[in-house]
Amino acid sequence: MTQAALIQQHSFLNRVRRYYFSGARSTLLSLICFAFLAWLIWTLIDWGIMRATFDASARQPECDANGGACWSVIANRWRLIMFGLYPYEEQWRSALACLAVVVTMVLSCLPAFWTGRRLAATWFLGFATFFILMKGGILGLPLVREEQWGGLSLTLFIFTGTAVIGMPLAICLALLRSSEMPWIARTTGAVIDAVRSLPLISILFTFAIVLPFMLPGFLIGEKLYRVICGSALFFAAYQSEIIRGGMQGVAKGQDEAAKALGISYRHRVSRILLPQAFRNALPATINQFVITFMETSLVVIVGFFDLLASGNAAYGTGEWTFAFVEVYVFVAAIYFIFVFGLSRYGGYLERRMSVDQR
Amino acid sequence: MTFWRNRRARAAILQFLYVGSLIAIVAIGAITARKNLDAQGITSSFDFLWKSTGWDIPFSLLPASSADPYWWYLLMGVLNTLFLGVIGLACATVVGGLVGLARVSENHAARLLGTIYVETFRNIPLIVQVFFWYALANRLPRPKDAIEIGGLLISNRGIYVPGLNVVGGSVAGFFLILFATLFGLIWFASARRFKRIDPSRKRAVGLGVAGAAALLAILVIWMGHEPGTPIMTMPEAGGLNIRGGYRIQPEIYTLAFAIAVYGGAYIGEIVRGGFKSVGRGQTEAARSLGLTGWQVFSRVRLPLALRSMLPILTNQYVWLIKATTLGIVVGFSDFFMVIASSITHSGQTLEFVGILMAGFLIINFSLAAVMNRINKAVALKGHQLRS
Repeated sequence: MTQAALIQQHSFLNRVRRYYFSGARSTLLSLICFAFLAWLIWTLIDWGIMRATFDASARQPECDANGGACWSVIANRWRLIMFGLYPYEEQWRSALACLAVVVTMVLSCLPAFWTGRRLAATWFLGFATFFILMKGGILGLPLVREEQWGGLSLTLFIFTGTAVIGMPLAICLALLRSSEMPWIARTTGAVIDAVRSLPLISILFTFAIVLPFMLPGFLIGEKLYRVICGSALFFAAYQSEIIRGGMQGVAKGQDEAAKALGISYRHRVSRILLPQAFRNALPATINQFVITFMETSLVVIVGFFDLLASGNAAYGTGEWTFAFVEVYVFVAAIYFIFVFGLSRYGGYLERRMSVDQR
Repeated sequence: MTFWRNRRARAAILQFLYVGSLIAIVAIGAITARKNLDAQGITSSFDFLWKSTGWDIPFSLLPASSADPYWWYLLMGVLNTLFLGVIGLACATVVGGLVGLARVSENHAARLLGTIYVETFRNIPLIVQVFFWYALANRLPRPKDAIEIGGLLISNRGIYVPGLNVVGGSVAGFFLILFATLFGLIWFASARRFKRIDPSRKRAVGLGVAGAAALLAILVIWMGHEPGTPIMTMPEAGGLNIRGGYRIQPEIYTLAFAIAVYGGAYIGEIVRGGFKSVGRGQTEAARSLGLTGWQVFSRVRLPLALRSMLPILTNQYVWLIKATTLGIVVGFSDFFMVIASSITHSGQTLEFVGILMAGFLIINFSLAAVMNRINKAVALKGHQLRS
């Protein structure tokens, strides 16, 4: 064995000793933690795989006999959970639409797409693809009304809608709030603070149920779009504060220098202020997207058939009422994949940027 | 066009237009709503607040029945929100503190457990967790075959705990005295006005006040006790239901548990961030002065970490208070649910939406104000803040 390898082995053992067994108390703690972890993993494997039932034709008696998870409910109901009440023979469109949104999200995570124009184009295209696929009515696709949308695709639609409407709105609000004209800044600030201190549910409720009273008839529109607008308003109130924080991080001299060069307001904002502000605010922005994605699930309260609601429906009928754990694990896993992926990406960006700044 | 080129004039016009159009939008909305509601025969005024509701509130801390007026129901809703909020925030803070400590522990096994906890519960929407725990709570055994753990009876009707046989009013009085004393003591200990009092005398006065308050609180409880009944009541399974003890409804403990678990994951991250922000130099300096591990933690790391956590914690608390509105998915009558049911029953849409917004603005702004006050009081002054 070479000396280098010896040292490495030594240091590895050393590290194990220092991190896990540095004293009597530490050793005890480690042992308890590892025992608990082992028990947890074993229970999960035992329940979820070893004693689980995967057969789609199995029902409660077979599952109870096996004693573990009853994944048959997922095998039978996954289409309901993913696509809601979308017409059965058209569900491939719903799946493709989901894929389009996922591709849009992945693309906008690539640094090559990080210019305002490219991002806007990507999201607009993704949104349009999604909309055409889901709604149909052109290109020979049969029309599917919004009331029939559901499941994961509805969740993704609300999320993208919120982002596409909310982001420009957030930029406007941030600029208005940091305006030099005191009345504009103050009024916008009051509106933002008011929206931020309200629960999202109450905003969704107001937009879904109360707003039709308050709008002239031609503006009422579909309930789904009103709810998306409400969600976008809430997102914009939070996001505008994040952007404003990013703008405060831009050195004041930059703006002054640009003014001295005679650059117009529009260009000062779009070429100098916003790019740097977004760079500063990137980790917080991604965090906000993560939270927004999770909060789309609140639309179930105003009566939409999103991923969570269709999960509830999947075990709601008599034959599957016992299998609620499996359904919730499945639904939670879907949310987890999106949210965890996004937040990991955010963490990666944060590390990368802190390296850049050094 | 010299007028338009005048900077001041342009700014004034722009501001006037902006504020004016905002007001116009709100006004048009209100007028349209008034017209639509008038067409349905609903007159808008706040008189309805004194009318009796005619429907039952599922849960309230003080007695409420369908004969009570709307304002009383709204008050019950606010109380429920605050009640659940306080329980949820307290539990979430405890959970978050433990998780955060585990995540900055020197033992990497504890760190691993903390990380798994945070990543699991933070990445699943709160409402999914609420639905899950509620479904689980509803599938507990019936009262007939309730599970018994050390005096507790657990069934699908709720968790039954041993309780005291006293009337509700004196329990409220008990907690009122406790909280008032607690706040008084904190004020006494930290306010500048009492800074010059000798510390040993200060401690003696504090202990005396605390003892007197405790005695008073026990006396209040004793006075609320109905004579002729045993003072303790133990839950007992009898027939189809459980008699005696206090019943904690599934709706409440599910929500409190979900908020504690979910909020705990977030607060854990805040705690971790706070400890990470304490400079290495501080810890090393404390150690080289010969402080023990506990002293380094309690005298150096914790106070510094707490200060850097507080502002972020305020936001998180406001967020968690807002999360109590999820009560509507399990049928817990929090402020929002009372408003929503009132709208369906009375049709006074605009007024209730106004009350809802005003209510949350007041709750959240006062919470933020209290936290900011604390933050300002404990903040390090001048050059103390060095890492």
